[in-house]
Amino acid sequence: MFLEDGARVGIIGGGPAGSMTAFFLLTFAQRADLKLAVDVYEPRDFLEPGPAGCNMCGGIVSEPLVQTLAVEGIRLPPSVVQRGIDSYVLHRGSETVNIATPLSEKRIAALHRGGGPRGFREMQYGGLDGYLLGLARDRGARVIAAKVRQSGRGEDGRPWLGTGKERQTYDLVVGASGVNPGDWSLYENLGFRCRSPRTARTYITEIRLGAEQIGSHFGNAVHIFFDNMPGLDMAAIIPKGEFVTICLLGEGINQELIQAFCDNPAVRACFPPTWDGQAGSCRCFPKINIRPADFPCLGRAVLVGDCGATRLYKDGIGAAYRTAKAAATTAVFSGVSHAAFARHYRPVYRSIIRDNRYGWAIFMIVDLIKKLEPLARGALSMTAKEQSQPESARRMSVVMWDMFTGSAPYRDVFFKTLDPRFWARFMWETARNLRARRPRPPEEA
Amino acid sequence: MNEGMLGKQYGDGEIICRQGEVGQCMYVVLDGCAQAVSEREGREVVLGRVEAGEVFGEMAIFDKRPRSATVRACGAARVLTLDKRLFLKRVHEDPSFAFGILQKMSERIRHLDAELSRLKQGSGG
Repeated sequence: MFLEDGARVGIIGGGPAGSMTAFFLLTFAQRADLKLAVDVYEPRDFLEPGPAGCNMCGGIVSEPLVQTLAVEGIRLPPSVVQRGIDSYVLHRGSETVNIATPLSEKRIAALHRGGGPRGFREMQYGGLDGYLLGLARDRGARVIAAKVRQSGRGEDGRPWLGTGKERQTYDLVVGASGVNPGDWSLYENLGFRCRSPRTARTYITEIRLGAEQIGSHFGNAVHIFFDNMPGLDMAAIIPKGEFVTICLLGEGINQELIQAFCDNPAVRACFPPTWDGQAGSCRCFPKINIRPADFPCLGRAVLVGDCGATRLYKDGIGAAYRTAKAAATTAVFSGVSHAAFARHYRPVYRSIIRDNRYGWAIFMIVDLIKKLEPLARGALSMTAKEQSQPESARRMSVVMWDMFTGSAPYRDVFFKTLDPRFWARFMWETARNLRARRPRPPEEA
Repeated sequence: MNEGMLGKQYGDGEIICRQGEVGQCMYVVLDGCAQAVSEREGREVVLGRVEAGEVFGEMAIFDKRPRSATVRACGAARVLTLDKRLFLKRVHEDPSFAFGILQKMSERIRHLDAELSRLKQGSGG
């Protein structure tokens, strides 16, 4: 079951996973002298600021992905990247530790996922999503500005997609609609008889402070909060051009937790004194995939990006790239049968799922460390001291960097923590902190 | 200063990588251009220009030999460093990742073939 000249591909969703699938399908087809017609269904106009043109996400492109895309010929232009990030700052209480990127080079991109927040004016490409969709269009994809409302299979087994007005039959359908629109019934109609992805709620708000204030208060650093707040797995403030994004992830996100975070003195200290602790002009509670769909592929149908599997909490765009490219490679060079996808696409999909198991273990350990004050202080002081040491001696910093930036697979992060030298130094720092904080007996005072 | 610029900014003539160095990374020009020069017996020979979007410094990663040329910025240039280990890992996972670089290397070999042929004709060989 191979794609022949003139074969048609329908992609549900024009976010990064859908756009990159179209981009790679058409790139590989061109290399193989194959003529494909690719339709991308995307109802949103990414040039529109606010919810109508937004793909609701923290908006970080990780260090490895910036490099990977550059090699693939996708150079993110300065009008898409709102701020180049060169460091991460860890906060816990009044303590802060800065971890800079090893080369002191801006290799992490903070950007808007679409038209940017309400009131955003300097829009050229429509954020990352608009830019990638434009690249797919430049390669020859047809972008259909409509939502897919019906789907099914014809008598010959070919899938079809309908927008209400018309119905199109395809040789391959790619599901790339993410987890937010609740499109799972479309995939069930195509034959996916498995559990849909399990999701968790996140909170994102964009606060306009102006480039100058952001530069002086946040710099080019993502700020991570290492405080123990039940229900909150990850909290970050991401500086962009005119806005900063507060991004909270966890299974207990609610209004009370959001307010507690905004009232946290460490958070307030990052902002200018004029900030009132309130959400910005744009806020949302998007869902993220925390457990994948069981079966990502059938004959002539495949799921990519968030509606299949993604990395736990981090680098979702990186997972979209990997699944999109693997699906496109399989479709062009190995065919669109279930067997072809099972053999060539599923291993990539499963590698993401396997890696997330290490991710769960790491987040459990981090949660425990955050709850136990001496361990948390030990981890921070070890990181702080390592900043003046050579790269090879920075064990905690590398673990923190890889984990918070999403720069390395969770498996690699996990195995780095098994180094006895890591634990010896960590326990030593924890013990030192315990001694330093123990109240002195009156005669010593 | 545009906050959205990635990579590292180099001034006109600033050296990005030096001939003879051990290469632990390669580069992609994000903006502007760079010039590759070979230094031999105290003389510099300009080998060519590297334009925006092009990768350079990849030979040291493939053949594990010292860099064959010095590359410096031509005017202001913005360059992104690509980690050797990340590149090799990606190529092993997905060989098509190296396709663009192979294409460029093939283009350079064609250019060198044409140059060699021209020189041989000129010398009557």
